[in-house]
Amino acid sequence: MKNERRVISVIVKNEHSVLSRITGLFAARGYNIEALTVAPIPESDMSRLTIETRGNVRVIEQIIKQLHKLIPTYKVIEHEEMIEKEMVLIKFPINESLANIQALCEAYNGGIANVSSHHIITMVADEPKRVKHFIEAARRFHPEEIVRGGVVAMERE
Amino acid sequence: MQMSGARMVIEAMRLEGVDTVFGYPGGAIMNVYDEIYKQNDFKHILTRHEQAAVHAADGYARATGKVGVAFVTSGPGFTNAVTGLATAYMDSVPLVVISGQVPLSLIGTDAFQEIDATGISRACTKHNYLVRSAAELPRILKEAFYIAASGRPGPVHIDIPKDVTAEMAEFVYPDHVDIPTYRPTTKGNIRQIKKAVEAICEAKRPVFYLGGGVIHADAAELVRELVALTQIPAVETLMARGTLRHDDPLLLGMVGMHGSYQANMAMSEADLMIALGPRFDDRVTGKLSEFAKHARIIHVDIDPSSIGKLVSVDYPIVGDLKEVLAVMTPKLKERVDPARYEAWRKILARYNEIHPMRYEDSDEVIKPQWVIQRVGELLGERAVVSTDVGQHQMWTAQFYPFSYPRQLITSGGLGTMGFGFPAAIGAKRGRPDKISVNFSGDGSILMNIQELVTAVESRLPVVNIILNNHYLGMVRQWQTFFYDKRYAETDLSFQPDFVKLAEACGGVGYRVESKEAFDEALKDAVDKGVVAVIDVVVDRYENVLPMVPSGGTLYNMMLEFKD
Ligand SMILES: Cc1ncc(C[n+]2csc(CCOP(=O)(O)OP(=O)(O)O)c2C)c(N)n1
Repeated sequence: MKNERRVISVIVKNEHSVLSRITGLFAARGYNIEALTVAPIPESDMSRLTIETRGNVRVIEQIIKQLHKLIPTYKVIEHEEMIEKEMVLIKFPINESLANIQALCEAYNGGIANVSSHHIITMVADEPKRVKHFIEAARRFHPEEIVRGGVVAMERE
Repeated sequence: MQMSGARMVIEAMRLEGVDTVFGYPGGAIMNVYDEIYKQNDFKHILTRHEQAAVHAADGYARATGKVGVAFVTSGPGFTNAVTGLATAYMDSVPLVVISGQVPLSLIGTDAFQEIDATGISRACTKHNYLVRSAAELPRILKEAFYIAASGRPGPVHIDIPKDVTAEMAEFVYPDHVDIPTYRPTTKGNIRQIKKAVEAICEAKRPVFYLGGGVIHADAAELVRELVALTQIPAVETLMARGTLRHDDPLLLGMVGMHGSYQANMAMSEADLMIALGPRFDDRVTGKLSEFAKHARIIHVDIDPSSIGKLVSVDYPIVGDLKEVLAVMTPKLKERVDPARYEAWRKILARYNEIHPMRYEDSDEVIKPQWVIQRVGELLGERAVVSTDVGQHQMWTAQFYPFSYPRQLITSGGLGTMGFGFPAAIGAKRGRPDKISVNFSGDGSILMNIQELVTAVESRLPVVNIILNNHYLGMVRQWQTFFYDKRYAETDLSFQPDFVKLAEACGGVGYRVESKEAFDEALKDAVDKGVVAVIDVVVDRYENVLPMVPSGGTLYNMMLEFKD
C-alpha cells in the first residue's frame, strides 16, 4: 500500500490536556505528524487542529477512527476538496538585496514584514507546495532563520 | 445542596447504585475516606494492594456487567493501580477509578506523592479527568459512569486534588448526560445488515466468530438464538467463552493460538466469517496474510476503529450487538436454510474426529487438565471461574465446561499475572450465589497472594486452585519448544509452603498429590465456604496443545510435541 500525504482537521472540545490526548494517540500508535496547527475556534468552546500526516490507506483510516474515538473529539474532517495554506517567516541579513527579496516574496503571495538595522524579515502565505518552492528560491539570499507555521485547511464548499 | 467534594463522591456512588467500592486509603484521598466512614450506602472492601483493588473491581464488573469502582491515593497508590487500569482497558471492562491528587496549588511542584496521574492513565483508560473544582465534580462523576459503561466499555479515571475534595460547592447530580462530542452509534446500518443477511444465505461455509463484545453487550442470549436458528457453527475467542453452552453441538471450541483443531480449520476454510464483537487479536488470527484467506467478512462492532483495523471487512456494521441482532435475526428467520450448511458441518465434525481436544491422562501424576475437568464435573454451572495467566489459563479455557456468559473471568488482552485472585474476590462479591474458583499457577498466585487477608477479612470465600508445576509453565513451554530447553529463570522449585501461607492469613490450605485427595479438598473447601488454597502438584512438563506458534497460520497447528 502506498504512503500518501493527508491533511486532517479535528474539531475538539477546548479542555484541559486535549492536545496531549491527540499527540499521545499519534505517538502510541506510531502514526506520524508532519505538521500540526492548533487554535481556538472563535465564539465557541472548540479548537481546531490541522494535522498533516502520512500513511497508507489503512493507516489513514485508523487515524481518523482513533481520533473520532477520543471523547473530546467533535468532528474529524478528512479533506478532499480543500484550500490549504501555510505561512512562513524568513529572516535575511540586511546586506542582501531588498528589492530582489521583495520581488521574490510578491511572487509567492507575500511581502516584507519588517526591516531593522540588521535584518529583513519576510512573510509568505501560500499553498504548502509553493511555500516549499519559495524556501528553495530564498536560499540564494542566505536566510538566517526560517519559521514555518504548519498547514491550515478549509473545505472549498 | 452545598457539600464538600468528598461528600459528592459518596453521593454519586449512592445515586449510581454502587454497592461496593474496592480501595486503599492514603493522604491525598483521606477526605473521601472520612466520608466513607460516615456512610452506610456501600461497602468498602480494603484490599491489601491497589493493583488488587482495581482487579477486584474489574472482576466484579466482569461477573455482573455493572461498573466496578476503586479508590486509591495519589503517587504510589495510583501507580500501583495502573496495571489494573491497563488490564481493564485491554478487555473493555467498565470501571471508574478515583485517585487522590496533591492540592491544586502544589500540582507541578514535585510535591510529596505527586505524580502526573492523568498523564499516565491517558494511555490505558477510555477517558480521564483531572478535577479542577468541586463545582465540576457532579458532572464529571456522572459522565465517568456513563462513558465507562456506554459504547465500547472501558475504565475511566478521575484524579481529584485534595483541596477539591475539601472544597464546598452546590451538589446537583445531573440526571442525564449530554456530551456532544461522544455519541456512540448503536443502531446498525439497515442496508449493511440486509447485505450481510444476503451473504449468509448465499454462503456455503459460514462460521460465527464470537468475541468479547458479545459478553459486554449482554447479547449471548440473542447469539444463542441466532446460532440455533441458522445452524451455523461457531468459534469463541477466549473473551467470549460461555456465550454458547459447552455442550452445544454447533460450538467448535476456542479459536486461536491454543484453539481447537476444528475451530481453527473452520476459520481457515470458511467462505464467510460472521464476526460478532471480536477484535482480530494476533493471538487469534496468527499470520494475517493467511488469515481467513477464502472468506468474506461480516464484522459487527460498537467500536468503528475495531472494524478494518487489521483485516479488510466486506460488510462492516457499526452498532450495539443487541440492536443489530434484533434486526438481523428476524430477517434471517425468513430466509435462511439451515440444511444448506449440512455438508460444511459434516466436514468440521470430521476434523474434530481426527483431532479432538484431548490430553493424555495418567495414573502416576495428576494432569492439570484433569483437575480443570474435574472441577467442571463437580461444580459446573455453580462456579464462576477466574484465572491467572499462563498454561493453567489456557487449559481452563480449553477444558472447563462453560455454560453461561460471564462465567469465565480472565485477563485476555493484557495477560496480567496476579489478576485471578483479586478478580475472583470481586466476582464473589458480585455473584454471592456462585462458588468463586480461581485457577492459578505457582508463579501467578504469588503476584497478589496478600489478598488472602482481604478475602478472609471480608468473608469472600474464593477457592484458589494452584496447578503447581514448579515452573513458570507457559514460559517454560516456549523454552522447550523454541529455545532448546534452556530454562532461563523459569524453575520455581523453591517455593513457599502454600498450606501454611493460607493458614497464616486465616484461610485453609490443602496440599494435593492424588485425584482422591483433590476431590476431598475441593468438597471440603466448598462445604465449609472458606477462603482456600488447594495446592495441586501436577505434571511438570505438560504442554498446552494444540498450538499455533506466534506468527504461524491457523491451519498449520502443532498438534503434539515430540522430543
Ligand atoms: C505480570 C506478568 N509478568 C510476566 C508475564 C509473562 N508470563 C506469561 S505466562 C508466565 C508464566 C506463568 O506461570 P504460572 O503462573 O506458574 O502459570 P503456568 O504457566 O505454570 O500455568 C509468565 C511469566 C505475565 N503474563 N504477566
